[in-house]
Amino acid sequence: MSHISIIDDEVDIVVGALQPDLSSFMEEWKPIFSRFHLIIVKDPDLKEDLKIPDGFNMDLYTKSDIDRVMGSSSTAISFSGYSCRYFGYLMSRKKYVICFDDDCVPARDSNGCIIDAVSQHIANLATPATPFFFNTLYDPYREGTDFVRGYPFSLRNGVDCGLSCGLWLNLADYDAPTQVLKPDLRNVRYVDAVLTVPSRTMMPVSGINIGVNTELVGPAMLPAFQLVKEGKIRWETVEDIWSGMCVKVVCDHLRLGVKSGLPYVWRKERGDAIESLRKEWDGVKLMEDVVPFFQSVRLSKEAVTAEDCVAEIAASVKEKLGPVNPVFARAADTMVEWTKIWKRVRRPSKVQRQ
Amino acid sequence: MAAQKITPLLKDELDIVIPTIRNLDFLEMWRPFFEPYHLIIVQDGDPSKTIKVPDGFDYELYNRNDINRILGPKASCISFKDSACRCFGYMVSKKKYIYTIDDDCFVAKNPSGKDINALEQHIHNLLTPSTPHFFNTLYDPYREGADFVRGYPFSLREGVPTAVSHGLWLNIPDYDAPTQLVKARERNTRYVDAVMTIPKGTIFPMCGMNLGFNRDLIGPAMYFGLMGDGQPIGRYDDMWAGWCTKVICDHLGYGVKTGLPYIWHSKASNPFVNLKKEYKGIYWQEDIIPFFQNVSLPKECTTVQQCYNELAKQVKDKLSAVDPYFTKLADAMVTWIEAWDELNPTGDSAKIPNGVRK
Repeated sequence: MSHISIIDDEVDIVVGALQPDLSSFMEEWKPIFSRFHLIIVKDPDLKEDLKIPDGFNMDLYTKSDIDRVMGSSSTAISFSGYSCRYFGYLMSRKKYVICFDDDCVPARDSNGCIIDAVSQHIANLATPATPFFFNTLYDPYREGTDFVRGYPFSLRNGVDCGLSCGLWLNLADYDAPTQVLKPDLRNVRYVDAVLTVPSRTMMPVSGINIGVNTELVGPAMLPAFQLVKEGKIRWETVEDIWSGMCVKVVCDHLRLGVKSGLPYVWRKERGDAIESLRKEWDGVKLMEDVVPFFQSVRLSKEAVTAEDCVAEIAASVKEKLGPVNPVFARAADTMVEWTKIWKRVRRPSKVQRQ
Repeated sequence: MAAQKITPLLKDELDIVIPTIRNLDFLEMWRPFFEPYHLIIVQDGDPSKTIKVPDGFDYELYNRNDINRILGPKASCISFKDSACRCFGYMVSKKKYIYTIDDDCFVAKNPSGKDINALEQHIHNLLTPSTPHFFNTLYDPYREGADFVRGYPFSLREGVPTAVSHGLWLNIPDYDAPTQLVKARERNTRYVDAVMTIPKGTIFPMCGMNLGFNRDLIGPAMYFGLMGDGQPIGRYDDMWAGWCTKVICDHLGYGVKTGLPYIWHSKASNPFVNLKKEYKGIYWQEDIIPFFQNVSLPKECTTVQQCYNELAKQVKDKLSAVDPYFTKLADAMVTWIEAWDELNPTGDSAKIPNGVRK
């Protein structure tokens, strides 16, 4: 079992504020957040002032900061709604960024103990991933477990983990049609596992509860896929699904890992699924094009950094999906613009190709 | 909220295959769950020994003499002195589903202390679809209390038929010999309350201790290879079957699930004996795994047997350079399919009555 020694200084917690009163959110997370530096980004569409309790080491960014940093590119990328957190990701100077939605609070495990979701994300990111062969006992680096019989020894060192995707108790991350069909469906099942999502397997990454190694993933975490009628409830967006698939393609290409499973957060009730369905928002329909695209995209061996990979993905989006729907052509342009801004504002990501 | 659906018993559609060389005392603990079913006992080792089956079970039993008599020269493909011989039981079964379990596996308890009906969970896994084309982060979406997450394309929500249900083990974990030696005291105490589909294109190390499968869909691929007496390798039987099965399932569009149910694995085999058996495998798997990861079956292969014969050809072509054992194994794979087809002429296997009790 490898030791996890990450200094708190290497971590930023980034929260996008879509609602003005963050007091109860911050109070509930205080025991876990208090050791870390926080970046809070206010949704530029939010008119009211934010209410944030004292006692945190934090930086707050608002619309004026976004406009200032983006400068002349300020219309190229929208940080509206859930995408506001990408601005925090851009401004962070830390190796690890952990993000939570502002309607989540710490969950309890099956023993009733508060789950330190931040520490779990850090553990996931700091231990190797195993994307090339499936371990039937899940994460072999966890206490009390290991690789099973038949797991090739040459693969037991694993690879670096770029993304840690957590889950949700209570209100799970379902889409609006599912929530309408099953209005009482709540996730009460605590699955005590972390596992590496195999290489070349795509998945829907939920932005509600994630951790990122920014040095590895770089600009692949991106605010590009914003739809007309995108809303302020998670089931009215797919921007994180798009971003997550970019990250997965990049990680697969650069031989990095993506983990899914623990930690859980507790997601509070919010939104009216029927109302959302009435808006006829077309994210669900567009996934039928998005998923096959990401399943088949392949990058060249010249792409050795996350920036290179994102550029190639953007070009491929423009070529293959652009003709299908103008929203994809816009996404491709936004990805290119984002990468430029990323390079301007942040350090370039490490050359990773092994 | 919808009421909990009852999982059908399938008592006339499922056989339980058990390899044994010692005794079947473990069946007493399983009686509440296994008694409705027909058992196929494959007796390994000395055929003159009598294996006592606890009263009340409906079973057929085959020892080595029976295997030789039924298969004639083709019996060479069935291992001797290794639990790999269990696959003979798959071949002679007339049922749609098989559940196989080792004789040192007992009923486990779930976290609330209730006995786990492993067979019922396997049946549920096999009767519900798999989702190999896109990973669902909430695991099996067909389980009570779960569903597909946001972003999961609706066109993929019907899933595909499930061919294999791979269960896990509490207590003694299924480690290889080197890991067993280093971690002699480690026990698997973590109950992971999930079933999930292993994605298409991903292979895994299948364990035969607690395994269910749809024999109609994938049976001929479940050949457990040449192990044991006279062979240079052991403890790779189930894994070999698993790699072949997964490649064929991926090709034919079937799913493989892993996770629940748990059984309680009581016996730790001798790690030094295991090391001798596995020794060559530890080196060979470095070539075997890339072989299976890169294998591709032509689209003309539309049945399991065709896929399997094609695999056998590729094993001979590509792995014989690793060791002449693979030439023998490839030949045995072909023999297995011939024997399977002889004993299972195309038609309604479910309508033929069970074999006679010994």
